[in-house]
Amino acid sequence: MTETSKTSSVSRRSLLKGTAAVAGAAIGSGVVTGFPTIWAQNIKDVTLRQFGTGVSNLNDVAIKVKEDLGFTLEMTALDSDSVTQRAATQPKSFDIADIEYWICKKVWPTGNLQAMDTSKIKNFDRIAPIFTTGKLTPESTVAQGTAPSTVGFVEGQDGTAFAKEVTGWMTLIPTIYNADTLGIRPDLIGRPIDTWAELLNPEFKGKASILDISSIGIMDMAMVCEAMGEIKYADKGNMTREEIDKTIGIFMEAKKNGQFRAFWKSFDESVNLMASGEVVIQSMWSPAITAVKSKGIECVYQPLKEGYRSWGGGIGLSANLSGLELEAAYEYINWYLSGWVGGYLMRQGYYSAVPETSKEFMSENEWGYWYEGKPATGDITSPTGDKLAAAGDVRDGGSYIERMGAVACWNAVMDENQYMVGKWNEFIAA
Amino acid sequence: MSSKQNFSDALSGWLMAAPLVIVLALFLVLPIAMIVVVSFWGATEFSIYPAFKLDNYEFLLRSSVTYSVYLKTFMFTIISWALCLVIGFTVAYFLAFHVRTQTWQIVLFLLCTVPFWTSNIIRMISWVPFLGRNGIANQTLMSMGVIEQPLEWLLFSDFAVVLAFVHLYTLFMVVPIFNTMMRIDKSLLEAARDAGATGFQTLTNVILPLTKPGIMIGSIFVVTLVMGDFITVRFMSGSQSANVGRLISNDVALLRYPSAAATSVVLLITVLITIGIMLRFVNIRKEL
Repeated sequence: MTETSKTSSVSRRSLLKGTAAVAGAAIGSGVVTGFPTIWAQNIKDVTLRQFGTGVSNLNDVAIKVKEDLGFTLEMTALDSDSVTQRAATQPKSFDIADIEYWICKKVWPTGNLQAMDTSKIKNFDRIAPIFTTGKLTPESTVAQGTAPSTVGFVEGQDGTAFAKEVTGWMTLIPTIYNADTLGIRPDLIGRPIDTWAELLNPEFKGKASILDISSIGIMDMAMVCEAMGEIKYADKGNMTREEIDKTIGIFMEAKKNGQFRAFWKSFDESVNLMASGEVVIQSMWSPAITAVKSKGIECVYQPLKEGYRSWGGGIGLSANLSGLELEAAYEYINWYLSGWVGGYLMRQGYYSAVPETSKEFMSENEWGYWYEGKPATGDITSPTGDKLAAAGDVRDGGSYIERMGAVACWNAVMDENQYMVGKWNEFIAA
Repeated sequence: MSSKQNFSDALSGWLMAAPLVIVLALFLVLPIAMIVVVSFWGATEFSIYPAFKLDNYEFLLRSSVTYSVYLKTFMFTIISWALCLVIGFTVAYFLAFHVRTQTWQIVLFLLCTVPFWTSNIIRMISWVPFLGRNGIANQTLMSMGVIEQPLEWLLFSDFAVVLAFVHLYTLFMVVPIFNTMMRIDKSLLEAARDAGATGFQTLTNVILPLTKPGIMIGSIFVVTLVMGDFITVRFMSGSQSANVGRLISNDVALLRYPSAAATSVVLLITVLITIGIMLRFVNIRKEL
């Protein structure tokens, strides 16, 4: 990488001139169609290093990038803690950071990322409004927590303070998001579940689980405590110390009474707990449900009346990017929003930032099932070919508007984060 | 002439020691010194900055979590150590005194090491499907009619943690004990028998005292490994128990390096004191 950037920085200007002319001539003569247009020749030497959580760091994306854009994308998948750590402490180790919005809130002040010029982003106007104005529909309100719209923009390229409204400088380009809820094993529970409070129902003693990632786990706890009527929060994403004490207190009590079978930290652990029947109700992520289902085991991502806990990820550019690499990164972002990746992600059960473009890369049946909440007209398969649903099935929770419209809070970092983490450690050690 | 001779002796002595000194300084002393230094630093949400504050230690020593976690760590250590000792000693005794030919001793000893050809994480995780609610252990017990309901405490419990520790670390006890046993002069055993000692008396009066250094070396291995572990406790307790190692790994995950460093320093001191106490019982240097 250092090798490429050295050579390209020496001759970048001359290269640009030369290739622009060549490419221009090529386009003129009709040899080259589609993009990439200008950098066709020297962009092949570019390598962009991307890291992020496993959810969107997909090898298929890297392969497709090489095919469509010509440059190399190196992917590193890490867990959310390590992602935060790397974004905050090793700015030279990456070009593109694929992080969540709450991580952005934590990492942005380090100055390791640079804001993006929205005028260079072709589909900017078509990005789902939940990421720009924060409102899914003009009538909706912004949910609690670190809503992406609150950390999505800054005042200028080097701005460190988040802007309150849409500006020309975006911190992260949204890539992937979803509404999370509890996963259940309907075959082992045998009755309808419709509230978060069920997680602490003594009926499931020794068969419940919650995730051991403090910043997300505390939100699930808050959803449960609120559903039980124990606590009414002003903002679940930014609790006071008393609220934290009370929330953790309720769960510590439940833990002592043997409510939980285990806590999980990684995706695979949650899948195994559910598939083996160790746990029948737990916090879960959408693809984990898919993974359990693809083993032929019944598993439902249960919509609950209190709403969803939502999360969103996006890609940010390293502050070290400049010149050709920066242009390549913009090409990559434009490509990312142009639909292929969106279609791929939506077929896994996530949502893409520009749903309209993803539609072009999905069949009518897939679009109807995943986005519109219509009954499937034929088999629904994952991008890797596993059958996920048969004709007539309807997606848990329904359409995009129904699901994203019922978001109660977003994953967040609180002002009292350090205090909360201390209490969380107590909970684990209790 | 003679002073020059002394000087060159001293010099060559230093030169011969130099490689080891350099290696130890670079890879042992320096990192530990660094950890000690960082333990006094301050941390913000996303960065650490040089300072000299006692906050990290103050928080650590005041928190009730620290004490309950240390208690748990010692509990795991003592139970695992005792079980490793009993099993390790028995295995070593069998290998050293019951197996007659050296060939068989070597074959059986190698057999003990076979599990170590795979990673210890894999050996640990393979317990999970075995001990689970619908795992092999429960199914077998239920089909034999021993139990009606699956035993919940088999997995994701302190029992599972100790089981994994014993499984992982018993070999570290077997090897040094076996080694010292092999060096016991067999004529001593004959002498004991000739003097009218029973088998048990021979064991307690001859073999046990002579294998003390091996027991102590094995104990140091087991104690330090168990006290420093974090991954076994996390997996086998289903994240429901915490030991000191997990406190450190949590801190690291949350970018609180100074706090992690302070916890490490306290752990290091605790382990050193523990080993110091153990060494009071046996002078390894003298007995080797």
